Formats: sequence, structure tokens, C-alpha cells
Amino acid sequence: MNDLWIILSGSLVALCCSLLGCFLILRKMAMVGDAISHAVLPGIVIAYLFSGTREVLPMLIGAASLGVLTTLLIELFYKKARLQSDAAIGITFTWLFAIGIILISLFAGQVDLDQDCVLYGDIAYVPLDLWITGSNVNLGPRTVWIMGGTLILIGLYIRLGYKGLLITTFNSDYAAAIGISTAFWHYSLMSAVSLTTVVSFESVGAILVVAFLVVPPATAYLLTDRLDRMLWLSALFGIASAIGGYYLAYWIDSSIAGAMATVSGVLFFLVFLFAPGSGFFMRNRSRGKLSDVPNVH
Amino acid sequence: MSEAFNISDLWFHPDFLVVAIGTILLGSGAALVGCFTFLRKRALVGDVVAHSILPGVCLAFLVSGSKNPLILLGGAVLTGWLSLLAIDWINRYSKLKPDTAIALVLSVFFGVGIMLLTTIQHSGNASQAGLDKFLFGKAASMTLEDVQVFGGISVLLIVIVALFFKEFKLISFNPDFARVIGLPVRFLEFLLATLTVLAVATGIQAVGVVLMAALLITPAAAARFWTHKLGKMIFLAIAFGAISGLSGSVISYSAPAMPTGPWVVMILSFLAIGSAFVAPQKGILARLWLQRDNQRKILTENILKAFFHLGERTSDYLVPYGTDQIQDVRSFSNSELQRGLRILQHKRLVNAREKRWTLTKSGLEEASRVVRLHRLWELYLNKHMRIEADHVHNDAEAIEHVITPEVEALLEKELGFPEQDPHSSNIPYYSEDGKRLTKKPRHE
Repeated sequence: MNDLWIILSGSLVALCCSLLGCFLILRKMAMVGDAISHAVLPGIVIAYLFSGTREVLPMLIGAASLGVLTTLLIELFYKKARLQSDAAIGITFTWLFAIGIILISLFAGQVDLDQDCVLYGDIAYVPLDLWITGSNVNLGPRTVWIMGGTLILIGLYIRLGYKGLLITTFNSDYAAAIGISTAFWHYSLMSAVSLTTVVSFESVGAILVVAFLVVPPATAYLLTDRLDRMLWLSALFGIASAIGGYYLAYWIDSSIAGAMATVSGVLFFLVFLFAPGSGFFMRNRSRGKLSDVPNVH
Repeated sequence: MSEAFNISDLWFHPDFLVVAIGTILLGSGAALVGCFTFLRKRALVGDVVAHSILPGVCLAFLVSGSKNPLILLGGAVLTGWLSLLAIDWINRYSKLKPDTAIALVLSVFFGVGIMLLTTIQHSGNASQAGLDKFLFGKAASMTLEDVQVFGGISVLLIVIVALFFKEFKLISFNPDFARVIGLPVRFLEFLLATLTVLAVATGIQAVGVVLMAALLITPAAAARFWTHKLGKMIFLAIAFGAISGLSGSVISYSAPAMPTGPWVVMILSFLAIGSAFVAPQKGILARLWLQRDNQRKILTENILKAFFHLGERTSDYLVPYGTDQIQDVRSFSNSELQRGLRILQHKRLVNAREKRWTLTKSGLEEASRVVRLHRLWELYLNKHMRIEADHVHNDAEAIEHVITPEVEALLEKELGFPEQDPHSSNIPYYSEDGKRLTKKPRHE
């Protein structure tokens, strides 16, 4: 039963991340996602300090505000200080992450968070944190409920906002011209990413959230040019990495989240080599065919 | 780190000296290499390498079974290198964007690293303890031996950068030109990447995976605000790196339980943010200042022009006017007109008496200069650029504030000291008595 809970929560994290990640990589914001996933740390710590518990709501508020603050800071560095964008991203997230670590050390007694957990989470403990109602009914692990709720929210967001997201992603000038607010979709997407990051934090940690945000969508993108297909494929690769990762970790006795990221990387590598039409080997083959065409000169 | 030290005793404490010197060496070495990665717009490459070092360290440990720093460093350099190659391949052979490639390689390599590290930890091998300093950095537990290794690597970095300074400079600013004049660009890029990997692989032991990127990027970015010269920039970046390394170790030694790495990054970030605000020319404040000056100049010059246009009606330019009359000629809001008039009064270009304003002699000279530039430019556009007379005004309205005396002289000469603009208004040259303004200058 525990296996199932772990696989289920891993798949839920993978689903949330891989769906949102499609929009991130298409908007060339993969590294912004990376930055947000690190920068929410001080938000989580501050929320801990204020609420004194691991309640979800204060953590969400803390993390979401830090997520938006991150994008604002990056823009401040980029536009006002005219720093190149990659440096703006790098400075912002390292700074916020450093603040987070300092806060953890400062309030070590009051904050139940350690650095290992921050970096690579502890999905193996998911089945231990059960949600038991007042009348002593065991509803299963809390994480699964939280992730399930997040997935529903994100699913609704993508379903209802599909058109807005699509247009602002591919042609923001056109979107602005027909009166769609690019800023709204930008910031709502960033908030969704911060939300996902913070609920995934405990189970997979800051860096592996990025693996789920980027690797399955990138794999899917190699196989299709259509956004709807890309979303489906990305979800599929995400779940496959979660399941495969669990068994790999079981086999070699390692961190489950690390193994999940490894499997997603292996899947990407295979698609990168063998994708029909664009894969590394397939491309060489078609190039070979082209050179078979007799020289007209 | 468990006990607090008095700051004044700190300087003689051998443990502290080891850590401080080690952190300073790491900070400055990373800053040196970081300048080039920053200028080549590859700032996040440091982040990728930092994450990708972990699997190499673990593999090296698995294969050799020892924690010899040089063997671990070898493994680190190997996978660090491999990650850069992987990014290169993905960029070259797929349609993925560069930022996706970076995030992908970074997270997958790190995932593999975590997997290997946890396997090693779970295997019950007692000698593995301490491998995780590559994850979080353990500046405070640096030993003399570590410092010797860091020192050696820092010297190596400095020597190589000094030897190839010119070449690195060229591939940072103009790689195409470097290729054209026959420099071995790929070799130089390889060398630079190796230096980056080396700097990261050593620096990471002080600050940890996530914060390593800051050690590379932040000093370079902070230094860039202050100068346009590469030499100065490198010097400043190294100074920033060293200062933050030193203050980070002081903080963590004087306040127990404070981690060194995050404080180093904290101080670096403050240096960068401070530089972003106060640096001359490129700083945010300096640019706001310049913007304000320009806006003032434009406002006051426009007010002077309004006086001139009023004066043109009567051919008497030194008559007092009320603000409503000025606003008749040109729309100013009340507050900006008051502000502008006060600045002009302060510069003694206008006089105020009983809420009415008069140009002074020098005010008239300045006003006719601006009007002259405006009309000369209109004429130039009309005559030489063949733009219709009714289309030239807006352009002249903008450029009149920036034409220098040199350009003015050229325009006058080019147009043959004209008397009238395309709208048949007189072009004012100079004045003797505040009335007659249109006269060709005698020096022709």
C-alpha cells in the first residue's frame, strides 16, 4: 500500500509540473521556473515562523508572494539596472535562497526544515503523514490530498485559460493587439508555478521540481509541434518517470526523487536520439537520404 | 564554529585564518573566471556546472573508494565538462531553446547525483561521511590542506587568464572577429570552460551547489556597473569576491550557527544591488539624475521659446508677460510652468516682477539660440532631406535640445547662413539691443 501512495503522490507532482512546464519552456522561461523553485524558500520559512505549523495555506501565501517577488526582482535587475537577463536570474535566486538558508539557521529551533529536505525532499515519508479526521477516519496521506487539489486547480487553470495561455505564449504582440492582457497570463502562470513548487517542495525538493518542470515537456516538445499533444505527452512522460523512478530507487536503495529525475533524463535521452524526424540518429538518416539525390550540376 | 569569538581576537585565531584565507581564495578565483562567463552571456553555465559536479564526485568515490580531494576533483571536472557538452549537443541537434537545455541538463545531472549520493549513504559505508559538503558547502570546516589545494588552483586560474588575457577578451566581446583573424576559438572556449569547471568544483565546497552560481556571476555583474574596461572590471570583481569571502567568514565566526556560504552570497548580493543603484553613469540613480536634468533642460528651453514667440509678435522681446499669456503660446501645466520659471529665474534668464515675467538679456540670447536651432533644422530637413515644410516641425522640436555648437556651425555653413526657415519665419542670429535679431554674422 505504501508503494502505491508514494507512486501516486510522485505521479501527481509530475503531472502538475509537467503540464505547467510546457508553457514555461515554450515561453523561454525554463530558468525562471528554476529561479522561482529556489526563491520560494524564504517564503516557506517565513510562513513557518508566523504560523508555527506546516499548515498549507500560510505556506502557499508565503511561497506565492515570493514567487511573484522573484519575477519582479528579475525584471527590476533586467529593465531598471539593465543587467543581462541570465545574470539577473542568477543573482536574484541565489540571493533569495541564501536568505532562506540564513533564516533556517537563525531560527533552527523553530523551523522544522533541514537543508537536505530543501534540496531533494523526502517522498518516502509521504505515507507517514496521514490525514486523520476528527472522528478518527483515516483518509490516507495528506500529501496526496494536497497534490490532488493542486492538480485540479492547475487542470482548471489550463482548461479555462487555454486560449489566453496559447495566444500569449506564441504571439504576445498579437495577444496585446486584440486586448488580451499578457501581464495577467504572465503573472498567473508564475503564481501557478510557485504554488506547484511549494506543494511539491516537501516531497521532491527544490531542484527536482525543476526536473519535472522541464524534462517531460522538453521530451514531449521533441515529438510534436502541437500544444495540446505536447501537454498530453508531457503528462505521460511525467507519470512514466515517477513510476520508473520509484522502482529504480527501490532496486538500488536511493533517493526516490533523484531516481525519478534520472529516469526522466533517460527518457529524454532516448527521445533525443530516436525521435522520428528530429532525433539525433533519425536526422542523420534523413540527411543521408538527401545526399542520395543525384547531383544536378 | 560552536563557540563565539570576539572580533578583535579573531585575527589571531588559526582556525579562522585558514577559513578566511580559503574563502577569500575561492571567492576571488570564481570572480575572475566569472567575469568571462558573464561577458559571454553564459552566466547560468556556472549554475549548471555546480549541479553537474555531484554525480562526478559520487562516481569518483564509488570507483576509487577514497575521498582524496584530487580524485574527487577529477570526477567533478569530468561530469562538469560532460554537462557543458550535453548542453552544446542539445542546442545543436534539437529545437529546444538554450534556457530549456540549461535547466534540463542541470536538473537531470543533479538528480543522478542525488541518486548516487543517497545510494552511497544507504550502503552503510562509513568512509562516505563528508561527501555532502559538495551539496551544501562546509566553509567553516576547511582544513589547511584544503586551503593549499584552493590556493594552488587559484594561482593556476590567474596564470592561465594572464597568459591568455588578450584572447579571452576577444572571444568574450567578438567571437566572430576572433575566428576570422585565425584564433583557435574552439580551443580557447574549451580552456575557458575548463577554468569555469575548476573554479566551480573548488568553490562549491565552500558555498554549496545552489549558491555557487552567485560566486561566479554576482561579483562580475557588480563590477560591470562601475567600468567599461575589462581589466578594471576583473580587478573590481576579484575585490568584491575577496571582501565578501572575508566578511562571510567573520560573520560565521563571530555569530555561531551562522553558515558561511549564504552570508558570502548575501554580502555579494548587497554589493551588487548597491552598485546597481549608486554606480556613476550606469547606476539607476545616476540615470534617473540624468533623466531629470534632461527633462529640466527641455522644459526650460521650451519656456524660453514661448517668450521668444510672444516677443516676435511685437518685435520687442524684453516685455513682461503673465503666465496665462505664456500658456496661450504653448500648453504648459501650471505647476510645470511655475517650476520651469523658477529654474530660469535662478539662472538669471528671466526676471519676475508682480507676477509678470521678463526675459533678461542673456535669457533672450538663450531663447534665440534654441529658436535658431529649431529653424535651422527645419530648413535643413526641408532643403537637404526633401521633407515637406509641414512635416518638419515635430522632428525639430525634439532635436533642438541636443544640437551641439559644432553641429550648429556645420548647419549654418551648409545652409549658407539662411535668413528664413521653411515657414518664412526669420532665423534669429544675435541681438544688440533686444530688438533686431535677424542679421547675418559678419564672419563668413
